[in-house]
Amino acid sequence: MFDFKALLDSLPIMGLGMLGIFIVIGIIMGIIWILGKVFTEKKDNKNQ
Amino acid sequence: MAQLFSNLLDVDWSTEWPMIIMWIIGGVLIYLAIKKEMEPTLLLPMGFGAILVNLPNSGAVSQVVDGIVEEVGPIDVLFNAGIANELFPLLLFIGIGAMIDFGPLLANPKMMLFGAAAQFGIFLTLSLASFLGFELKDAASIAIIGAADGPTSIFVSQYFESNYVGAIIVAAYSYMALVPIIQPTVIKICTTKNERLIRMPYKPKSVTKATKILFPIIITVVAGIFAPKSVALVGFLMFGNLIRECGVLDRLSESAQHELANLITILLGLTVSTKMQWESFLNWQTIMIMLLGLVAFIFDTAGGVLFAKLLNLFLKEKVNPMIGAAGISAFPMSSRVVHKMGLEEDPQNFLLMHAAAANVSGQIASVIAGGLILTLVQV
Repeated sequence: MFDFKALLDSLPIMGLGMLGIFIVIGIIMGIIWILGKVFTEKKDNKNQ
Repeated sequence: MAQLFSNLLDVDWSTEWPMIIMWIIGGVLIYLAIKKEMEPTLLLPMGFGAILVNLPNSGAVSQVVDGIVEEVGPIDVLFNAGIANELFPLLLFIGIGAMIDFGPLLANPKMMLFGAAAQFGIFLTLSLASFLGFELKDAASIAIIGAADGPTSIFVSQYFESNYVGAIIVAAYSYMALVPIIQPTVIKICTTKNERLIRMPYKPKSVTKATKILFPIIITVVAGIFAPKSVALVGFLMFGNLIRECGVLDRLSESAQHELANLITILLGLTVSTKMQWESFLNWQTIMIMLLGLVAFIFDTAGGVLFAKLLNLFLKEKVNPMIGAAGISAFPMSSRVVHKMGLEEDPQNFLLMHAAAANVSGQIASVIAGGLILTLVQV
């Protein structure tokens, strides 16, 4: 019933998955930061 | 007279008695939906559907005799039209996207880290399910229960053509309803009273309309680049949000939030029940899936809380670690739970806006986690 090989095989997926999600979230945070810098309240009002 | 009861008399009750258990399970789901108001929009149709598809020779589902489909049932037709091709969860995502206000997150983007950390339970459960003997495709489908996100669970389990779609969906929605019970226990185990007392002043920051409009478009592009298989999930979610934020499609936004979401929810709950026929539902794997789903929820919550504690080692302005627990996708239950716990500890500690930001980020992160699982698990 207990499959140690399957457990070991799945560990890279766990590692890559968590790493991947932090990378993507990090990129999204960076994008939000850039958007916040580019589109400030003043500039947005000007555009309107 | 005999003809009236022929259906009942023709059934071989010595082998088909388990269908009665499914009637009881259906009844319990309906009871929980009505009496306890646990995810009633999904649990009620699923409970009714569980009874519907487990009646002797039910015309609601296809009847197969000697390997030949004698009569195609409407629920199977709906399943093939909306779930087998993952269409219903995607359409539901348009409605969900139209309901979400990313404002609190855009004002406080560092809360996104908790959305990422609180997906830990998903990946841990994947390994645990593999260890317990589930095939990788089933382990991945079970793990996604931890996304605390019904449509993503349906999408991923159906993508992998898991043998346990019914059990996975029942577990996903049941635990989402149990967030107010599961999370406080885990949070209390993982934190000290002093940590729960940490105050987090809210400094509201304005977010421009241009940012709100560009955000869903850019997120779709980023998700498409890094986890291409998630682009349907993320794209439909973000399309819904774009309709909401653009300011010129209010009618469509309203329709997506109400009519579209309601229609799909009705069909989804009923259609999912086709996977609750006793032959495929009543087995020890279903019990294991329920337990693994619980493990996923517990470690999602613990992952978020412990990550917040880790961050506190480096931050000057400390974060209340309970906020980390709100990084799961169950919105808005999780943020409400954290806010309520904060008020119980200190009536002047208002954590709602921080928790809402983490919770919204959990919605994005859970979809990305689903996409990463689709990308990383090769079957």
